[in-house]
Amino acid sequence: MTTSSRPIERGAPRVQSTGPIAWSQKHLFNSVFNSILTVVLVGIIGYALVNMLVWAFTQAPWAVVTENFAQFMAGLYPSTSFWRLWAIFGIVLTLAGLSWGILARNQKQLFTVPVLVGFGVAALLLLVLPMTRPYLLYSLGGLALLAVGAVGGQRIGHQAPGAGKLISGGWFLSYFVVLYLLGGDTFTDSLLYGVVFQIGLGLLAGWQLSSRLTIPVVTQWLGRLALLAIGFVLGYYVLGNILYPVLVGIGLSYPLFLWLMRLVGVLIGVALIWTFSGQQTLEGVGKAALFFIGFALVYGLMGWLPTQLGLEFGLTTVRTNSWGGLILTLFLAISGIALCFPAGVLLALGRRSKLPLIRAFSVAYIELVRGVPLIAILFMGQVLIPLFLPEGMRPDSVVRAIIGLTIFSAAYLAENVRAGLQSVPQGQTEAGQSLGLNKPLTTVLIVLPQALKTAIPAIVGQFISLFQDTTLLGIVGLLELLGMTRNLLASPKYLGDYAPAYVFIGAIYWIFCYGMSYGSRRVEEALNTDLR
Amino acid sequence: MTQSDVAAPMTPRNDVGAEAVIVAKDVNKWYDNGFHVLKGVSMNVYKGEVVVVMGPSGSGKSTFIRTFNALEPYQEGSIEIDGVLIANDLKDIEAVRREVGMVFQQFNLFPHLTVLQNVTLAPIWVRRWPKAKAEEIAMRLLDRVGIAEQAYKFPGQMSGGQQQRVAIARSLAMQPKVMLFDEPTSALDPEMVREVLDVMRNLAKDGMTMVCVTHEVGFAREVADRVVLMDGGVLVEENTPDKFFSNPKEERSKAFLSQIL
Repeated sequence: MTTSSRPIERGAPRVQSTGPIAWSQKHLFNSVFNSILTVVLVGIIGYALVNMLVWAFTQAPWAVVTENFAQFMAGLYPSTSFWRLWAIFGIVLTLAGLSWGILARNQKQLFTVPVLVGFGVAALLLLVLPMTRPYLLYSLGGLALLAVGAVGGQRIGHQAPGAGKLISGGWFLSYFVVLYLLGGDTFTDSLLYGVVFQIGLGLLAGWQLSSRLTIPVVTQWLGRLALLAIGFVLGYYVLGNILYPVLVGIGLSYPLFLWLMRLVGVLIGVALIWTFSGQQTLEGVGKAALFFIGFALVYGLMGWLPTQLGLEFGLTTVRTNSWGGLILTLFLAISGIALCFPAGVLLALGRRSKLPLIRAFSVAYIELVRGVPLIAILFMGQVLIPLFLPEGMRPDSVVRAIIGLTIFSAAYLAENVRAGLQSVPQGQTEAGQSLGLNKPLTTVLIVLPQALKTAIPAIVGQFISLFQDTTLLGIVGLLELLGMTRNLLASPKYLGDYAPAYVFIGAIYWIFCYGMSYGSRRVEEALNTDLR
Repeated sequence: MTQSDVAAPMTPRNDVGAEAVIVAKDVNKWYDNGFHVLKGVSMNVYKGEVVVVMGPSGSGKSTFIRTFNALEPYQEGSIEIDGVLIANDLKDIEAVRREVGMVFQQFNLFPHLTVLQNVTLAPIWVRRWPKAKAEEIAMRLLDRVGIAEQAYKFPGQMSGGQQQRVAIARSLAMQPKVMLFDEPTSALDPEMVREVLDVMRNLAKDGMTMVCVTHEVGFAREVADRVVLMDGGVLVEENTPDKFFSNPKEERSKAFLSQIL
């Protein structure tokens, strides 16, 4: 490198002229060619814009949107039950407000100028647009809930440091409240209810019970009890059933036989306790028994509760074939996102696992699913599964759609997460191990948080494409936003009114997708711990 | 069967009567590509001792001390840490890692956690200490390495020297019996080497058993009880620092010292 031949300029730095005129001189008109380019492009854009505005305000047949606004939002949902949708709207906005307030708890001013402008624009649109006018009370009430929730959230966030966890729990619970509000009482006998509330909560209860209750004496005695029970079942029921023909055949009386088998059962139990007398083994068996007890209790309870109480909640059933419009789109997308995220993370971890079986399964799953177009998976779910399964066992069409979306997105998400996992340096794992953390703890506490942080843009990109992919379900017959639109446009009354309808739903899709990507950027900023 | 029944009579002692904490016998290691990186290395480290391992790059010295907490597996020979044999048993390996602290060349702090969280993570999750106790001890350790006032910063906001001192505090928080230092000052700017070496000096003064891979001759002279030279996967010379630096036994040591002194 040569030393600078130019003398170093001393003195005041050159004055930077600011303002729109100076800016445009510097960026738009800095040469003759660029000036011409600017003029031509502004002309083209302006022409298109003017034409669009003229079309939008004078020619477009907006009737298709204004007259069917309720269908766009809620499909064929019975209008007598609309209050349930408004309740959902209120719950979601309140939670959103609370979350926002808690996240922004350290900001001095919650309602900054851009936020106020946003609120103002939203309120103005609700007031001005003809289709929202019938629902002004509810929709403006929703905005108010958002604002009140934000103020409340900020207060709570200041006083309770654990508020973040609480609000996550709130979101989790709200999903099921929403599900119940949407579907009414059918929800309690649906497959989803069985999986989530009976099996899911059962597993949770079993796990908590077995991991929290760790008094050695208790678990050991429970272990002995469990072994005794197993032995008794083996002796009395299994052996008894096998030996019954033989022993009664040689002339043993039935009561005597029963007592004999009971004795045999107890003896086998005692023998089992004798064989597995190691303290650790007994504790293990005791914990397994605790797990089973917790699971069985909750499984039974959750199965019993709805039949006892559920029908008295009194919400009429709304079958999923009347769900539709934006509500269904959001429900499909949120369910898909909530399910594919954990599945994707597990698959990504599985693909890096040292256990060959798990790795092979993950690789096979990911590569298989990535080789099939989504529409094929959705068709399979909507058309083929009903052919294979008998009437009573067919899952609901919305459930099938969610499963299809989840299966597909999980594979792509797994690859995104894997890229994130690979970006975490080996030294992080080594540091964790050198501190005595075991493999699972190292993964959960050290590797995954960093991997997910790097993968946020890719993950949110996948979420956005999942949201957009829900439109494919319109093709396979669900009446989500696009399906509903196609349905409406098929009626002779709106023949040919494609443009306004598609512009309208296009705007809706854009709002949600942009919202997600904006949110992801904010989360990234919040998680950035370098050189703040 | 308790540990002391088996291990106690076997545990070697040095001439001042301290028990060996690390007993490595005839350790052989091959990399996956077949390269023979450790060729029958034996070494004992006794309680309260500071051993400095030196050697040219590629001599296997880092690999050797990384076998002490099973970050690197070895194929032949045996390594016992405080009477526990490092073999394939995962439980044993985790037990050993709890008792052996390690400080890395690249610090390897967890960037997504604050300094305090870095230090308390393992005590809370591995030792199962209550958070309050872990934080109290962590603050005391951070004070000892001189960065208590930065406890709520993230590692990315600190200088290299500060990060390395946090890494030392993080290892100490597990109250290890031995500390391994794998070139702790090699990635630091020269003006930060001193602050890290000072912390290590104080540690040695407090009687911590330490094995350090380092090129800091001054540190080795002043602090080490023994200096060990490795080359080509073999332990070339084991000597007191005075003799090692002034009058080494082996020709290879002389050649090495002429390179670095």
